[in-house]
Amino acid sequence: MIRATHELHDRRRGRNFGLGLILAAFVAIVFGMTIVKVGGGQDVLGTGMVSKETPQ
Amino acid sequence: MSDTSLHTISRGAEPELRDYFALMKPRVMSLVVFTALVGLLVAPVHVHPFITFTSVLFIALGGGASGALNMWWDADIDRKMRRTAKRPIPAGRVSEGEALGLGLALSGLSVMMLSLSANLFAAGLLAFTIFFYVVIYTMWLKRWTPQNIVIGGAAGAFPPMIGWAVATGGVSVESLLMFSLIFIWTPPHFWSLALFMKSDYDDAGVPMLTVTHGHDSTRRHILAYTILLTACSLGLAFTSIGGPVYLVTALVMDFRFLVGAWKLLRRSTAQAEADAYGEEKRFFKLSLWYLFAHFTALLADAALSALFGGLA
Repeated sequence: MIRATHELHDRRRGRNFGLGLILAAFVAIVFGMTIVKVGGGQDVLGTGMVSKETPQ
Repeated sequence: MSDTSLHTISRGAEPELRDYFALMKPRVMSLVVFTALVGLLVAPVHVHPFITFTSVLFIALGGGASGALNMWWDADIDRKMRRTAKRPIPAGRVSEGEALGLGLALSGLSVMMLSLSANLFAAGLLAFTIFFYVVIYTMWLKRWTPQNIVIGGAAGAFPPMIGWAVATGGVSVESLLMFSLIFIWTPPHFWSLALFMKSDYDDAGVPMLTVTHGHDSTRRHILAYTILLTACSLGLAFTSIGGPVYLVTALVMDFRFLVGAWKLLRRSTAQAEADAYGEEKRFFKLSLWYLFAHFTALLADAALSALFGGLA
């Protein structure tokens, strides 16, 4: 008999959920880097984090 | 398809996320994160906190990629060693092809993202580190020469240099000395481990110094490298990133490390076997504290100088 859910499905779901979180974090990182780089050290979003000097 | 066959497929064919994470050698990655972060924070150039975070993350990812590629190549010997038999590939949780794919993908991603986050020089150094660890150390030196650890240790020594390069875009005496500190520390660290893990390397056919030249020669090598390490550690104290905290830490840790190496030299294999390699295990543990203390002290001096520089 084929059950609706199996340990295999649980594992797959867990992995897919984790991968989704990683991808979301990656998008957030790229967005954050863009804001910092485009802002050239200026506090574009008003986060209070300002760079004195950015590496070339 | 029966329930039994489904269950059979689930073993090995359906790894969990933590299996992939284990492929990246998280313990080695923690050392990479720590030393890269120190290298970045002690540099004389201020870096935006978010760029600091992303750069260290991508350096760690590069380190993880090297770990996955190392596990892919070394899967055959990992199966033979007690210490490594539970790694994802020998345990059958991840296939060799998956490890290769993950390693290559993360290598490319980490280098590309570090070049965007920091600069091309730092990204180039990271690419070279991955190449050095995977090709020069894992594929070439590890199974060929008893000096594998000496030259291969360079791979683990690059992270503080990369951290420094993220901030400054270049190399300096300070970053070279931080590199040398880990580079010269690696042989005594690993040889002390090999002294009490002898049969593991024997079984796998890895030409560790303990296997090819014996324990007495290994003990002499440990002392010689410890003396060299002392010079390097004290030298760093007199550069721009050294300070009072670092100097005191280096003096104390160098003295303890030298005493430890001297004790190892004075022991015979029979004495070591009699107390289950107690002194060797203590020296190995001390080596971990040695490196941690040095880099923490560098960070403390940087914090002090920022504090007093800010007040002045």
